[in-house]
Amino acid sequence: MLSTLFRCWVLTLALVAGSAQAVLAPEVVTGLGSSDFNERIAAIEALTVAGTDAAPVIEAIESGNFGSFDGRAVIVRDSAVVDLASGETLSASPADVTTLRTNNRVRRALATAKAGLALETGSDAERLAAAEQLRENTSPILLPLLERAAANEQVAAIRDLLVLAKARIQLESTEPAERRAAAEALGGSSDRAVITLLKPLVEREAGTPGAPGAWLESDESVRAAAAEAIAAIERRVAFAQNVATVFSGLSLGSILLLAALGLAITFGVMGVINMAHGELLMVGAYATYLVQNLFRLHFPEYFDYYVLAAVPVAFFVAAAVGIVMERTVLRFLYGRPLESLLATWGISLVLIQAARVTFGPQNLELTNPAWMAGSVEVFAGLSLPWNRIWILGFSVFVLVLLWAMMQKTRLGMFVRAVTQNRPMAGCVGVPTGRVDMLAFGIGAGVAGLGGLALSQIANVGPAMGQGYIVDSFMVVVLGGVGQLAGAVSAAFGLGIFSKFLEGWTGAVIAKILVLVFIIMFIQKRPQGIFALKGRFADQ
Amino acid sequence: MQTRRTFIKSLVLSASIAAIGMPMAASAADTIKVGVLHSLSGTMAISETALKNVALMTIEEINAAGGVLGKKLEPVVVDPASNWPLFAERARQLISQDKVSVVFGCWTSVSRKSVLPVFKELNSLLFYPVQYEGEELEKNVFYTGAAPNQQAIPATEYLMSPEGGGAKRFVLLGTDYVYPRTTNKILRAFLHSKGVKDSDIMEEYTPFGHSDYQTIIANIKKFSAGGKTAVISTINGDSNVPFYRELGNAGLKATDVPVVAFSVGEEELRGVDTKPLLGHLAAWNYFMSVENPENKAFIAKYKAWAKANNVPNADTVVTNDPMEATYVGIHMWKQAVEKAGTTDTDKVIAAMGGQTFKAPSGYTLTMDKTNHHLHKPVLIGEVTADGQFDVVWETKEPIRAQPWSPFIKGNESKQGL
Repeated sequence: MLSTLFRCWVLTLALVAGSAQAVLAPEVVTGLGSSDFNERIAAIEALTVAGTDAAPVIEAIESGNFGSFDGRAVIVRDSAVVDLASGETLSASPADVTTLRTNNRVRRALATAKAGLALETGSDAERLAAAEQLRENTSPILLPLLERAAANEQVAAIRDLLVLAKARIQLESTEPAERRAAAEALGGSSDRAVITLLKPLVEREAGTPGAPGAWLESDESVRAAAAEAIAAIERRVAFAQNVATVFSGLSLGSILLLAALGLAITFGVMGVINMAHGELLMVGAYATYLVQNLFRLHFPEYFDYYVLAAVPVAFFVAAAVGIVMERTVLRFLYGRPLESLLATWGISLVLIQAARVTFGPQNLELTNPAWMAGSVEVFAGLSLPWNRIWILGFSVFVLVLLWAMMQKTRLGMFVRAVTQNRPMAGCVGVPTGRVDMLAFGIGAGVAGLGGLALSQIANVGPAMGQGYIVDSFMVVVLGGVGQLAGAVSAAFGLGIFSKFLEGWTGAVIAKILVLVFIIMFIQKRPQGIFALKGRFADQ
Repeated sequence: MQTRRTFIKSLVLSASIAAIGMPMAASAADTIKVGVLHSLSGTMAISETALKNVALMTIEEINAAGGVLGKKLEPVVVDPASNWPLFAERARQLISQDKVSVVFGCWTSVSRKSVLPVFKELNSLLFYPVQYEGEELEKNVFYTGAAPNQQAIPATEYLMSPEGGGAKRFVLLGTDYVYPRTTNKILRAFLHSKGVKDSDIMEEYTPFGHSDYQTIIANIKKFSAGGKTAVISTINGDSNVPFYRELGNAGLKATDVPVVAFSVGEEELRGVDTKPLLGHLAAWNYFMSVENPENKAFIAKYKAWAKANNVPNADTVVTNDPMEATYVGIHMWKQAVEKAGTTDTDKVIAAMGGQTFKAPSGYTLTMDKTNHHLHKPVLIGEVTADGQFDVVWETKEPIRAQPWSPFIKGNESKQGL
């Protein structure tokens, strides 16, 4: 009953604040308008405990609608200038207000203040976000608020976060018992930054050799609790880090795979050295860009789903380009690798320049849809970005589709037949020319899908394909020409291998080591990881 | 017999030379040729195309106002295609074949290093419009971009100040070539001088065109747990887009770990959704968002030029620091030529020192009397949601360049320059 009343009261207050400004303490108002950042931050911290009528003020500062006019702190609301101290509307135009600059420090203080406010009145989701914010950024002024909130909190996940936030402040307490409790509570954290907080508790002052300095922390039991907490956090962090490295390896592998899958068909299965493969990726990415713009213009309400709509578009546009390439140039060059290499290289230059002329040399902006942006916290200390998770899933989806097409459909059977023995396939009535065209089209279409995935993670520009052509050939050759399974194992293997190397040696050396490894591997085993077996393998 | 044939031969030869030379001489009489040497294809086309555009716009503007010394300027545009040796070849072609009086061009330090011998040998003039690592001072080059003390050092000082977040630990992150390596060498020495220990500095490089920043971002996260951290990025070109995307997705916000970039401007942000990047920083000597009449006119002129010349996406073109530096450079060259009364290289070089120009940055820039660098203001801006920068800090007045950084050993004797 009481809480309902309280909510009503808050609601009224908020409504009142919307029309006429509630009055804030005068020193807070001067502080907010101060040009000194320290004073402003102190004032913002004071806002948190000033109660709910502070919310619109924080909102205004955050959105840049806060400034000074005539020596007074003012808020711009609906193109009216409101004096913060008195709440009256001034006869001034918003253009006359000098907006106060915010910087990262002010912004952090604002976020903390907002979280502090949300802690008592927000919905479950808002309180969770607020608690997460406070876990990393707290200020001693919030301690009473945190204690109150932690005591009243019903949701366990939020309460745990609040206890951590509270413990961070209490670590500075003068009471050894409170410090010990804080150190114990912090042992439940998975945040490496907490280790830095706890470190001083287990360290000694610099002393002379033979006579170590005094402990920075006087109480024995606090030291023990801190040491235990550090060990617990380090265990958790190390585990999370290994999982994260494996995931980033898988993610890199999925990108390599998407870039290389199309090539695994055109080069691997059909034997065409297609130097324009990278440009087919580019075509797919540009198709995605066009779909995005179409959605932005005509269906802004469904904008988040443009990527789904782009899947068939990217496939068919790239496939069409591939089929045109095959019909007009490549079909005259089967069995002449050198000529087809040069011809496709020429085509790649034509495609790059065509894109540059039509779309300009600039990179294009592609926005991740909301469901692909941000990250998800799998468990404390490990959060994985959504776009990489989706792309990993997408690569598996494309792979399964391609495998089913090659193994389970009539067309797939024809493709395999033609690549294994062209004259024999022709003899039994397989239309080899048509099969070549379709197979090349499918390879190109899959490259288009790769371009769609890349557009969500990397640059989209006319020359984007150039960066992937070497990686793609690397994957196909390493995996074994003519094998989808080879491409898959090579892509994921290379991904995880280079991520572990990178963590160890840095990106530049890792890239060199990977290339050296591939050269040695190919020397030792020219047929790749998976070799074709049977009679046609000798060809 | 023998002599007569040789005579006829030489006669024919000289006649043909005269025939070729004649129209050239005629056109040279009423126009002054200026070279524009920027990559219009290849990896650097992204950045350099805009510089070619702004150079052509400025030349048109000068011609509309009556030209230089009563003559119209005639631009000669060549495309070195992001190919460093080709830069030298094209520069030679511009100077000895097209007989240009001055060349405006280059972006990367490696392209500048490649054309230097040509300009020295043929005693011609190059205006270089991009911030760079310093450690160079050539008689034939005027540097209208920033030296390290006009960009890198003030930005680092800002990060260490309470206003900038009071960073204690620094990640120096760059692309693996001469500019980032030299800049980071200077910065490391500078940080040492401020009492930052080696254990609080993490230095990482990635190859050109690197696109997978997962490991590096994870490492930055790990490193930042040890205290207030800031990232100083000298990542160049395309790689910035995946870097900032990864940064946004990993939830590393500017309020926790701010990133200050030296090679990211309005043009580079055109390919990025900047909403997750709010609050990250860049240090330059000009931002498009600077408010003053000169800048307003500059932006309007460029937009109109882009529209009239059918530049792709003409309605969303932006201006940036190297474009402003190109604009200032061409105007200063014009003033120097008018002061010297000739386009002769040595006389123009002598006339350049002390030239001033009211630049779009809102400051009156001065060409230093001796060191071929501009005195420039330093601006630090925060990324806003619309891909622009909001200035959060600026110097009170333009700073004199120190091309030879005092933080590199062996430069002590060169500080007077």
